Amino acid sequence: MSAEKEPLFSSKNIKLLTEPLNDSNPITVQVLGICSALAVTVKVKPAFVMALSVMVVMAVSNVAISLLRKTVPPRIRIIVQLVVIAAMVILVDQVLKAFLYDISKQLSVFVGLIITNCIIMGRLEAFALSNKPWQSFLDGIGNAAGYGIILIIVAFFRELLGSGTVWGFQVIPKGVYDFGYENNGLMILPPMALIVVGAIIWIQRAKNKKLVESN
Amino acid sequence: MKSLRRYIDKIKPHFEKGGRFEKLESTFEAFESFLFVSNKVTSKGTHIRDANDMKRTMIVVVIALIPTIIFGMWNVGLQHFRATGQEGTMLELFWLGFIKVFPIIVVSYVVGLGIEFAFAQYRGHEVNEGFLVSGILIPLVLPVDVPLWMVAVATAFAVVIGKEVFGGTGMNILNPALTARAFLFFAYPSYMSGNAVWTHGMMNGEGIIDSYSGATPLAEAAAGNISNLPSVAEMFFGTISGSIGETSTLAILIGAAILIITGIGSARIMISTVIGGLVIGLLLNIFAVNPFMEIPFWQHLLLGGFAFGAVFMATDPVSASQTPKGKIIYGFLIGFLAILIRVINPAYPEGVMLAILLMNVFAPLIDHYVIEGNIKKRLKRAKVKA
Repeated sequence: MSAEKEPLFSSKNIKLLTEPLNDSNPITVQVLGICSALAVTVKVKPAFVMALSVMVVMAVSNVAISLLRKTVPPRIRIIVQLVVIAAMVILVDQVLKAFLYDISKQLSVFVGLIITNCIIMGRLEAFALSNKPWQSFLDGIGNAAGYGIILIIVAFFRELLGSGTVWGFQVIPKGVYDFGYENNGLMILPPMALIVVGAIIWIQRAKNKKLVESN
Repeated sequence: MKSLRRYIDKIKPHFEKGGRFEKLESTFEAFESFLFVSNKVTSKGTHIRDANDMKRTMIVVVIALIPTIIFGMWNVGLQHFRATGQEGTMLELFWLGFIKVFPIIVVSYVVGLGIEFAFAQYRGHEVNEGFLVSGILIPLVLPVDVPLWMVAVATAFAVVIGKEVFGGTGMNILNPALTARAFLFFAYPSYMSGNAVWTHGMMNGEGIIDSYSGATPLAEAAAGNISNLPSVAEMFFGTISGSIGETSTLAILIGAAILIITGIGSARIMISTVIGGLVIGLLLNIFAVNPFMEIPFWQHLLLGGFAFGAVFMATDPVSASQTPKGKIIYGFLIGFLAILIRVINPAYPEGVMLAILLMNVFAPLIDHYVIEGNIKKRLKRAKVKA
């Protein structure tokens, strides 16, 4: 159809990849996927695995829907999207259970709940249904990376301040504890994840004036 | 006084636009208006002319708190001497409390005001005075042996997350002092609850006599040891263990009187809070199934932080309801929920903090419906006439 072939990493395509990291970040700008951001960010490791799982699910289902976009009747498109996502989530869940059993235990129900993650459905509806597979793939990777980055930043602070560790390793030296330091128990509770996400949004808006609504 | 005024007038040009220290203008302004009545007048909107600005309002609250502060310091000493089985003169008791409590007050003020000044400077507005009160309320609701760095962290959290993110004094949804306490309560529970934290020296356990448990009357009641409760007089005068400023109902009543006479604290909120507490206390008495539910309903007012919360926390003019009818609903629910949480939920021996924070969140909603109701009523009246 189109006369000239677009290069794989044209500036437009690169933008698909980088924009969700900051200007249209799924968590801090679009405020989607908050539930899992609260639930799996107590420690960095599960958060990282969660981010990776979402990335796989998102990239693959974006490509699948993009390939199907001309054959799926609009009336049943949501069902088709759900089937694709659910199949991918089950696949990811089984892989985690087989190879990363401990983390799969920690993530528990939240892997299954990727199906209901609003970011994935949102990208399928908004992007994959009307774009080519390659662009959809990049869009999926970009949005999942934007989601994952926030997840890992939140988890980093929660684990550091809540448990004194990062990725399971003790970071705060024992001497500090002898001095009277205590781990912050509030950091482990879900409300603090919300506050940390809020603080990230605050900092991001202070740095990125584009995001500030004029009123 | 005159020479001070002259000195301020002399250095003032340096801080105004174009002066050497123009960046520090809001800091200068804060100190100037702290010392002298401001000559600035409001130019927009409806307003009442009064020399009583926010700084002086806040000072009255601090004055109302003085009885509880002094009593709290003395009581810290008293509890410590009781725990170690020593005798001491009144001055010795007070002095011990003073050297324990004063650093907490200093830390709370230095951290809180430091952040307030930094934000005011950065945003280029005047320094808000709200922290004058919060800074003294925070130490009063903490146990005496809380580590100072925790006070600093909690104060910073309360000022930044509880207040500045919403736009500073006057915009905060939650009471900052209670935000600080809630932060500590959930972040460092081992320093904020249990029996050992309320008495100075009990955490490391040196020289504590065996017969002294340190448990607050509330903890005793929650454990069902009603016979261990101190006498009503003791609970009223406040020679019991608890947070620094909350124990003496008498000192709090003096503060309440000052607030009500000067018109700064809302008597409406205080009274409806007390009524709310009494109603649920009575209900619990009627359906009592355990010893805690059987303690006479009016004694709940003397226990724990109920009186302190009702007088100094619930009446915070920013986070409370604004409408007269709303204030009654707001206060009633605080009292009601506080006692309900206290008696029914074993995880939280004291419900006052949680009840007030919860109602802070609901205060705007209450106001909204009170105003809507009023509009409807007046519309109806207008229609009947027409």
